Amino acid sequence: MDDLLREFLTETHESLDVVDVELVRFEQEPNNAKILANIFRLVHTIKGTCGFLGLPRLEALSHAAETLMGKFRDGAPATAAAVTLILATIDRLKLILAGLEHDQQEPPGGDGDLIAELERMAAVAADPSAAAAAAAIPLAAEPETAGAGAHAAATEEATDDASSGRVANHSIRVTVDTLEHLMTMVSELVLTRNQLLEIARQNDDNAFKTPLQRLSNVTAELQEGVMKTRMQPIGNAWQKLPRIVRDLAHDLGKEIELDLHGEQTELDRQVLDLVKDPLTHMVRNSADHGLETRAERIAAGKPAKGHIRLSAYQEGGQIVIEVADDGRGLNTARIKAKALSLGVATDDALAKMSDAQVHKLIFAPGFSTADQVTAISGRGVGMDVVRANIDQIGGMIDVKSVPGAGVSFIIKIPLTLAIVSALIVQSGGHRFAIPQIAVAELVKVRDGSDNRIEHIKDTPVLRLRNKLLPLADLSRLLRIDGTDARGGKGEFIVVTQVDGRSFGIAVDQVFHTEEIVVKPMSSRLRHITAFCGNTILGDGAVIMIVDPNGIGRMMGATVTADMGMIDAVEDEQVGRTDNITSLLVFRAGSAHPKAVPLSLVTRLEEVDVDTIEVSNGRHMVQYRGHLMPLVTLTANAAIKPEGTQPLLVFSDGTRSMALVVDEIVDIVEERLDIEVASETAGVIGSAVVKGQATEIIDVGHFLPLACEDWFRGKSVAASEHKRRSLLLVDDSPFFRNMLTPVLQAAGYDVITAADGSEALAHLRDGKTVDIVITDIDMPQMDGFALAEAVRQEPATAAVPVIALSSHVSVAAIERGREVGLHDYVAKFDRAGLIAALKEHAAGSEAA
Amino acid sequence: MTGPMSDTVADSGFDAQREFVTATIGGQMFGLPILRVQDVFVVDRLTRVPLAPAEIAGVLNLRGRIVTIIDMRTRLGLERTDAPARLMAIGVESRGESYGLLVDAIGEVMKLDHEICEAKPANLDPRLAVASTGIYRLDGSLLIALDLDKILEIGGMATAA
Repeated sequence: MDDLLREFLTETHESLDVVDVELVRFEQEPNNAKILANIFRLVHTIKGTCGFLGLPRLEALSHAAETLMGKFRDGAPATAAAVTLILATIDRLKLILAGLEHDQQEPPGGDGDLIAELERMAAVAADPSAAAAAAAIPLAAEPETAGAGAHAAATEEATDDASSGRVANHSIRVTVDTLEHLMTMVSELVLTRNQLLEIARQNDDNAFKTPLQRLSNVTAELQEGVMKTRMQPIGNAWQKLPRIVRDLAHDLGKEIELDLHGEQTELDRQVLDLVKDPLTHMVRNSADHGLETRAERIAAGKPAKGHIRLSAYQEGGQIVIEVADDGRGLNTARIKAKALSLGVATDDALAKMSDAQVHKLIFAPGFSTADQVTAISGRGVGMDVVRANIDQIGGMIDVKSVPGAGVSFIIKIPLTLAIVSALIVQSGGHRFAIPQIAVAELVKVRDGSDNRIEHIKDTPVLRLRNKLLPLADLSRLLRIDGTDARGGKGEFIVVTQVDGRSFGIAVDQVFHTEEIVVKPMSSRLRHITAFCGNTILGDGAVIMIVDPNGIGRMMGATVTADMGMIDAVEDEQVGRTDNITSLLVFRAGSAHPKAVPLSLVTRLEEVDVDTIEVSNGRHMVQYRGHLMPLVTLTANAAIKPEGTQPLLVFSDGTRSMALVVDEIVDIVEERLDIEVASETAGVIGSAVVKGQATEIIDVGHFLPLACEDWFRGKSVAASEHKRRSLLLVDDSPFFRNMLTPVLQAAGYDVITAADGSEALAHLRDGKTVDIVITDIDMPQMDGFALAEAVRQEPATAAVPVIALSSHVSVAAIERGREVGLHDYVAKFDRAGLIAALKEHAAGSEAA
Repeated sequence: MTGPMSDTVADSGFDAQREFVTATIGGQMFGLPILRVQDVFVVDRLTRVPLAPAEIAGVLNLRGRIVTIIDMRTRLGLERTDAPARLMAIGVESRGESYGLLVDAIGEVMKLDHEICEAKPANLDPRLAVASTGIYRLDGSLLIALDLDKILEIGGMATAA
């Protein structure tokens, strides 16, 4: 049966039952206008709906009844005869409904008899003098036909009840409040269950275990069942879309087809309400701005009819909704211009952004690209508002656009807001819940493992698989007292991903995952962005639910140590970090500050002076089972006589060496311009760092001092063959200076160039180059362009090009692959670079 | 009475007497209109909320409800004396949310004549002045009648800031 009809039947049955009761009350209190108004309203609704559904018998009858009741409302006395007549009408309506339910159409027959009666009664009511005449009409005048019909229908009804039951009884209408209340009670039950489980964990009383397990299962099922009552198919939110799209297509003179997939996907009612408007808005956007006109499409060689595809499916505990069109795609240039004019991003930052990053700017607050506010989508609501709505329900939104092929928006939202899976952690003595949806991975940091926290003064960063992630200690971010002394070890890192940005949240302990019931924050606390709610744990304690979005925003304000290597940092900071180097400033031997690029340093250590041994005239310290040589920068930079000795540890494979320093001063981010080149061995030159002249140390110089075979091990293989030549392209003289000795040590003759065009000039000069290493971001001609040019020159087409980049994003890697880059190495990953070189050398040897 | 019961409504009532739940906070006696008081409870397992306004002592679980505990001494700008061994709170409700007002000790319930109520002295600490409706003269002491909505409102102002 048609859903609409089913709903109509349920609703009308209910309304009629109410009218029955109310009419009887009305008869007793003929002066109660409230009751009359209620009856009138119900009958009016029935009439309206019947007209809409094309049910002429019902409509005509209810219309006549309404007219009579209208008279009562106007002040005519409600006589018993009149009320009886209306009741008879209602019975007839019910008969017709029964027939409708059975055959899905109105039973044949007319209601002229009743309608005539009603009309006469209405006329009489309007004219009281005729009242006597009206009263004289025998009610037995109810025609036989109707009576027979009633009888037949009644029997049918009886058999129906016995067999399949009536539709009207199959579904009941329950107020949302009732469901909400049920949900609250189930939430309480879940909490109590959790409490019991907690107690059972602590006690070994086995008598409890079995019934508790049973209770646990029943609770879980009940929770699921109640959740189901709140679930609605997402199609409900889409109902109006075909009509909207049809009208839009008409208004815009476009041909648009709307494909809907996965309408049955169910969502919590609350969530559904919140995504309804954003989805409608996005579909309007696609129709209005996304799809081209018919003529444009034909000109572009596309089918005249544009498609908008809306799909929804469940993936884990999330619902994924995709709104895609096959239109023109996002206009990157226009977004850039708009971002500039709105001050959302700077020119500099824009220039450094990939297209995908630019596209994401449409989610920035106050952004809307439609130049003209059209009646269709330009209602002052842009994607920023959509995003705010999605954020509000803990969802995520992403956009992918291919020029000329269309845009697709992907929204991920949690299945329900009421109960979420969360990771329970402890930080600074407090417990917190972190929603599982935002947790990408969990890392335990240990000394000696590849994943370490490095503390740079007060700013911690996480080295994870050779990438540095910004890290925030939760207790510090939340300014929990008593952790200044670093009471917590913060050795668990919850790697969190929000908006394609990754960061680590350091916590002291991780307990377990728990289904928590989200309770809204008190209105007095709602301003705290770090939290999105609170919950009661199994042991009865209240804990805060951490909002990963909020933490991300807070970190944006507090984490200054963007290490220049941070992967997938997709906001405007990208451009900024580019030519900026993180430097570790220290003192050794003299009061003058010295610095090394932070990324070359593997670790900062402090060792007890007593553990330093002298072996073969050299200072050594036992370090992770190996002897590590200590090197002093200058003759006056001596090892301290007592106490602890700070060291900068440099590692390469299994080899480690340490530079002896007096004091680690700071980590700074500076644009590095080496102003005075140095004559002294081991010093690249001087630069101004934080307003002070600082010597930049050439680490490459000291490595062989520590282990004479530092570079030899690697260069042996290479030197057996002819020395290979390498072209190093980087706009920063610092990096050229830094890398040249390293590369030379690896067995290459190194030619340097400051940018792409200079590099090409070298190549065209006929210099034989076996391999090219290039920076990506360079003025004039960047690394991508260079790689492309190298590919195109027949003479150099086979030369491998390895890119060095400070931010390796997936998009950049893809772009690199397109232009023919052979490999991607993070800018400071020396070991990685050497490995890549070796690989390519081996490859070309073999070829 | 249809609207929410506020102190002002109670004031204008024909009854010349008002009932108060009394409590000591920082050595001073205060009174809360009894109609607004839900319950009195011992504060146990208070969870501090990081970054919360100073007035908010924390939140706790009271029979399955999350109650926001307001430190009345901080709220009223009173001297911080030694915390009593047992923390007591007066439970109140406002706009569907539960609050607990942290006090030093709970006193008796008093029925007071409106005529012994005096206007707030001009030199009263502004934090106290804003949060009170009047002062009752008792034998040998004074009772400051608190305006619950005002007390909760300040937290709200901190929210807006």
